[in-house]
Amino acid sequence: MPTQHTLTTKERFAIPRQEMPAQRADERNKNFKEVNLGYTAELAQKEALRCIQCKDPACIKGCPVNIKIDQFIKLISDGNFLGAARKIKEDNVLPAICGRVCPQEDQCEKTCILTKKHRSVAIGNLERFAADYERETGNVELPTVKASTGKTIAVIGSGPAGLSCANDLIQLGHSVTVFEALHELGGVLVYGIPEFRLPKDIVKSEIDGLKKLGVNFIPNAVAGRSVTVDELLKEEGFDAVFIGVGAGLPWFLGIPGENLLGVYSANEFLTRVNLMKSYQFPDNDTPVFNCKGKNVAVFGGGNTAMDAVRTAKRLGAEHASIVYRRSEAEMPARLEEVHHAKEEGIEFLMLMNPLEFIGNDQQWLTGAKCLRMELGEPDESGRRRPVPIKDSEFILPIDMAVISIGNGSNPLIKQTTPDIEVSKRDTIVVDINTMATSKEDVYAGGDIVTGGATVILAMGAGRTAAKAIHEKLMGTVIQ
Amino acid sequence: MHKIVSTIFLAENIKKIEIEAPRIAKKRKAGQFIMIRVGQTGERVPLTIADSDPEKGTITIIVQGMGKSTRELNSKEAGDTVSDIVGPLGTPSHIEKFGTAVSIGGGVGTAIAYPTAVALKEAGNYVITINGARSKELVILENEMKAVSDEAYITTDDGSYGFHGFVTQKLQELIDSGKKIDYVLAIGPIPMMRAIAEVTRPYHIKTMVSLNPIMVDGTGMCGGCRVTVDNQIKFACVDGPEFDAHQVDFKNLTDRNKLYLPEEKQSAEAFSHQCNLQ
Ligand SMILES: Cc1cc2nc3c(=O)[nH]c(=O)nc-3n(C[C@H](O)[C@H](O)[C@H](O)COP(=O)(O)OP(=O)(O)OC[C@H]3O[C@@H](n4cnc5c(N)ncnc54)[C@H](O)[C@@H]3O)c2cc1C
Ligand SMILES: Cc1cc2nc3c(=O)[nH]c(=O)nc-3n(C[C@H](O)[C@H](O)[C@H](O)COP(=O)(O)OP(=O)(O)OC[C@H]3O[C@@H](n4cnc5c(N)ncnc54)[C@H](O)[C@@H]3O)c2cc1C
Ligand code: SF4
Ligand code: SF4
Ligand code: FES
Repeated sequence: MPTQHTLTTKERFAIPRQEMPAQRADERNKNFKEVNLGYTAELAQKEALRCIQCKDPACIKGCPVNIKIDQFIKLISDGNFLGAARKIKEDNVLPAICGRVCPQEDQCEKTCILTKKHRSVAIGNLERFAADYERETGNVELPTVKASTGKTIAVIGSGPAGLSCANDLIQLGHSVTVFEALHELGGVLVYGIPEFRLPKDIVKSEIDGLKKLGVNFIPNAVAGRSVTVDELLKEEGFDAVFIGVGAGLPWFLGIPGENLLGVYSANEFLTRVNLMKSYQFPDNDTPVFNCKGKNVAVFGGGNTAMDAVRTAKRLGAEHASIVYRRSEAEMPARLEEVHHAKEEGIEFLMLMNPLEFIGNDQQWLTGAKCLRMELGEPDESGRRRPVPIKDSEFILPIDMAVISIGNGSNPLIKQTTPDIEVSKRDTIVVDINTMATSKEDVYAGGDIVTGGATVILAMGAGRTAAKAIHEKLMGTVIQ
Repeated sequence: MHKIVSTIFLAENIKKIEIEAPRIAKKRKAGQFIMIRVGQTGERVPLTIADSDPEKGTITIIVQGMGKSTRELNSKEAGDTVSDIVGPLGTPSHIEKFGTAVSIGGGVGTAIAYPTAVALKEAGNYVITINGARSKELVILENEMKAVSDEAYITTDDGSYGFHGFVTQKLQELIDSGKKIDYVLAIGPIPMMRAIAEVTRPYHIKTMVSLNPIMVDGTGMCGGCRVTVDNQIKFACVDGPEFDAHQVDFKNLTDRNKLYLPEEKQSAEAFSHQCNLQ
């Protein structure tokens, strides 16, 4: 096999981007096993050779946590897979997860120099490969933990923001306790993103790693109900609190008929299926809408909508469709998910807006009255605004509707800790350099600050907060 | 894991269970509930905290065996464990000195109303309790209710004990007798709560009901528990479970609670079968 040193740039350009091996579409749309199978070592090394090892790698600027992408890819092409994994972990504690779920085409792969003329280096796939290799070969090394500082920090929420914050703080020698509202740890990684995209074993093994480092996890603890932020600081003696509670309040459309039987929020549908494992009903007790042979429409165009519609298909839906008010080009979902969804037989109904849900006399959903749209002038977000086409109303016959138009902030912390400043949208206001809130010794990060965003941004915020908390508590500066 | 400390059947199919949950025992207020998951494959089931002992670190729940989850829970004995308990959830009952407060419980609703009746008494109200059951054997918490009431009434549908008739009739009787009632709390089957709302509506008596929609997380994350109150969507697990009875859309709640009837039946039958085999 050629190495980094023997190939000319021209020869590198001649290597096509290595496709990710995947389960066949007509098989995987009937099971919950992971769609992507992962690169083999050979595929990974071949893909790694496509990287021209830029002097000033543009890809790094596209990665929110600035992974040393050129260096880890070089290690892969040299066959030093463990070295690659460790290089990534210097900047990203959850590479097996980010390699799978980052919207790479908007981040590292967007800025990769090859994107201009060729297809970008498959950075996400390579990151996943290195992380999986390290884990599957049993070579995950526990990082060293510094001597105890005697400081204790409470982390609220065990999503990516909370986990990355806990990880950095424990390594710096602090004692860390994570309070999680649900009975499982991992946040959206376990209750939202389905098994077929992110196997729960991977999340579990990352959390097990944190447990081994000494992080104390308390599930079934709802901050604001089981314990308040003030009680953590004053009665339980924590020196600082990090709030990473995510964006967990589903929005509804606010149209008539939304309470009919068969209308779900994406959060409820995905929570039932993923967290409560209702795809294994009756072996697991929690039921979910019986999709077999039914028409299911998911309203929305983001990752959550793609996850919901592909889940409905896997539960046996005859027709599983995405209904979106703009056109496909404006959909915020990861490209790979849209591509996979299409292969799996998901129907895309674009430029359509629901006006009302219609039910039968038993109150079961039978259809959605929709309006056709066309694209007008760009709006504030730069996307072309959908405008209704006059007299274009029609009824879309459906048995189940899943509303996936985003989430607001859960009100519990706000209600019980009024001295934390929140925005008009109820997100927590922070200083973005330190993630400090308006309340002394309280920090926040992730979706509760930004509104629904991405795993990597939430992780980055958790790390920024960990650094600031350490510096504040110890009176030192980390370089 | 939470250990069950003691259990006792209060009536056929209604069990009182005391479980270790120290954090919750310290914090809970009247009107709040827990979500419980009996085993690793279990549902998350909402149950009101009937009582607690902060010193001992225990809470008490009173459970009516309905389907698989509640019957499985009711098959547990002291020394057994349940996987998960989270709480206290929900907005506590609004307690103030209203004057004369009537607490009405139907069936296992009596257990849900009990902690709030206690709190109303502690706040200095003149407390009247009306607790209904189908027949004498199903009457629960009679002594406990008497102890917190200035006036306590029991009604049975078949007349086998106490007042012969429905709780609504007893309430109407009290109103007709000229008693000034300032506040009513009614908890029980949906048709009962709906009927109480109609009794008090013409008199403009402030009336609260505790709603029991199907829940999943109980923390405001899924919206499955949404109910229509004053034509607005509310999440019962965070905004409730108590709401103004005169504003609640009871029909929608009744309909939505039928969402999983076939699945509930399937689970219950499988559970009975499993019990019979043992
Ligand atoms: C279905 C779905 C698919 C997605 N797909 C992608 C994707 O492909 N790529 C991507 O980058 N991003 C994706 N996202 C977005 C991404 O998951 C989030 O941006 C990210 O998880 C935010 O992390 P977080 O730590 O801020 O919050 P979360 O992951 O939401 O975690 C918050 C945790 O806090 C807990 N909590 C909440 N309130 C309390 C409380 N009061 N007390 C204690 N605990 C509490 C919650 O139970 C939860 O476990 C997706 C989101 C969803 C819903
Ligand atoms: C806030 C609240 C407090 C409650 N307190 C008590 C209590 O103190 N004692 C008590 O005996 N019962 C209480 N209930 C009702 C109890 O939660 C249900 O009876 C129980 O969930 C039924 O589960 P199952 O599997 O045994 O029966 P299933 O066969 O699943 O269902 C029987 C009936 O219970 C309802 N139900 C089913 N699943 C749920 C769910 N996840 N959440 C809510 N309702 C559901 C359905 O309407 C169904 O018709 C309370 C409910 C709520 C919402
Ligand atoms: S963390 Fe995400 S953005 Fe950064 S290199 Fe990995 S895949 Fe790209
Ligand atoms: S920009 Fe692309 S080619 Fe350049 S170092 Fe990064 S991944 Fe390699
Ligand atoms: S039970 Fe999920 S929001 Fe209330």
